[in-house]
Amino acid sequence: MINAKKTMTVNRQFKEVWMRRIFFVIASTSIFILLLIMIFIFAEGIPVFKKVSLIDFIFGKYWYPTSEPPEFGIFPLIVASISVTALSAVISIPLGVMTAIYLAEIAAFKVREIVKPMVELLAAIPSVVIGFFGMVIVSPFLQDVFDVPTGLNLFNAALMLGFMSVPTICSISEDAISSVPRAMREASFALGATHFETIVKVILPASLSGIITSIILGMSRAIGETMVVLMVAGGATMIPSSIFDPVRPMPASIAAEMAEAPFRGDHYYALFATGIVLFCFTLIFNIIADHIAYKYKQTGDSTL
Amino acid sequence: MTKTDIKKPVRDRFALPHIKYREYKQTFFFTLLRFAAIINGTALAVILFFLLKNGYKAITWTFLTQPPMDSMTKGGIFPCIIGTIYLSMGAIAIALPIGIISAIYLNEYARSGIILRIIRLGINNLAGVPSVVFGLFGLAFFVIYLKMGVSLLAGALTLGLLSLPVIIGATEEALKTVPDTYREASLGLGATKLQTIFRVVLPCAMPGILTGAILGISRAAGETAPVMFTAAVFFTPDLPSSIFDEIMVLPYHIYVLATAGTEIEATRPLQYGTSLVLIALVFGMNLGAILLRARLKRRMHI
Repeated sequence: MINAKKTMTVNRQFKEVWMRRIFFVIASTSIFILLLIMIFIFAEGIPVFKKVSLIDFIFGKYWYPTSEPPEFGIFPLIVASISVTALSAVISIPLGVMTAIYLAEIAAFKVREIVKPMVELLAAIPSVVIGFFGMVIVSPFLQDVFDVPTGLNLFNAALMLGFMSVPTICSISEDAISSVPRAMREASFALGATHFETIVKVILPASLSGIITSIILGMSRAIGETMVVLMVAGGATMIPSSIFDPVRPMPASIAAEMAEAPFRGDHYYALFATGIVLFCFTLIFNIIADHIAYKYKQTGDSTL
Repeated sequence: MTKTDIKKPVRDRFALPHIKYREYKQTFFFTLLRFAAIINGTALAVILFFLLKNGYKAITWTFLTQPPMDSMTKGGIFPCIIGTIYLSMGAIAIALPIGIISAIYLNEYARSGIILRIIRLGINNLAGVPSVVFGLFGLAFFVIYLKMGVSLLAGALTLGLLSLPVIIGATEEALKTVPDTYREASLGLGATKLQTIFRVVLPCAMPGILTGAILGISRAAGETAPVMFTAAVFFTPDLPSSIFDEIMVLPYHIYVLATAGTEIEATRPLQYGTSLVLIALVFGMNLGAILLRARLKRRMHI
């Protein structure tokens, strides 16, 4: 009897330990996949550097992958990606952060219950639909209003991307603002500050790390977004001189040309190498965001 | 205090000189903040309005139940709807088990330390990988290296990995809402940790996990770039009969009709119609998730 009981306990412990190990292995899948992604895009992208040097690839001003001899310089694509993202940030940062403040601080409960799902639905619209909307509705509108040769340009793409990153910025910022301890707010009121002064001088500084994280993540999403820039940015591989010039950001180039690039030809390798550059951009953004979120973690009043 | 001051009401005597200015400033900026929220709502409304206005005529029974005809200019989008449903179901079937178990490990087992930090960094970075890079990876790994070809399976695997971070995040949130007293009660009755997790914690967290799963499916259904190289084709005459078949999907259909066809103008109504169907599908799932969550919240409060 005692023996049987012992065996059962041992069995149960044995099972516990093994399940714990299996769970750990499965939880590590994400890192494993991240590594696999790196290995495979590097393996398919590195061969292009037999043809062009890394410096020429990144700073080369001409992207003519199909002409003879081909030119693989992605500098115009990088400039396009950065300028579209920066311009979209001009729209998304104020809009996102302000909406977050409104939702977390000012809005009445009933209003918040309506506005919050609306922001979430904005995030849920598939990117291809936003791209389509930008193409058929916004583009002719811009053409008329600003009297420009094409409505498919940097400005249009930035406008669409801006509205796409608002939900990311808004929801993460809102979490940060709501987690500011109540005591700090009350202390500020007790000193005679108005609600607005409390927001600007107490709540925003206290939640700054969360807000900055949200902004970096929003921009990281914008720079990697594909369908919108593919359909709306215009597709010209040149360095833009005004915000109404058509451009071709990196993701657009990859998505548009992959289908016609000969399998494991130089063009194919060059597109994977563009993917590596894009991957590195977002990786750096994410690591910075993660670092800020971790280092300036909000744990309570004592950290401030 | 001067003599004239004493005649004023008490409130005004002690009021700071610029209190009115401060109040105006607050009103002004609060209006500005409210305005920002309104702009977001307007953007959503404008997009929906134009799609509905131009697209509602295209939605007919034929459109929903027939395959495309006359080189895409007529007929319906039935194969795309089926393809999208298969693809997102496949993706979630892959992401859900891995995601739930990852979240269980992170929330129930892992102690904070360097390993946990590395795993979290991995998940956060996976969430940040651009969708087109997922597409490239799917092409290089599933389609070419594992020789799956352009197929439903390759697309579902790629999308599954893409939605993994969403599922992990949602499941962790759900696990966190289960009170610790439940776990302690179960352990106190002699249950092992494993029994506690599967018989007490998971059932309590299930509605929250389901919400996450629905959001994951809706995200997967709307993705285009990862599917372009791994699963989708512009046209295939047959419905998929095995997981190694190429498929048609709604997002890619919209993209091709709107940009690459020879008769872009002629197929405009079809493009609007397809967009509307995709949006209806995605919003339907999202609204379901939002309502489910609202109900949960109410139940928690009681």
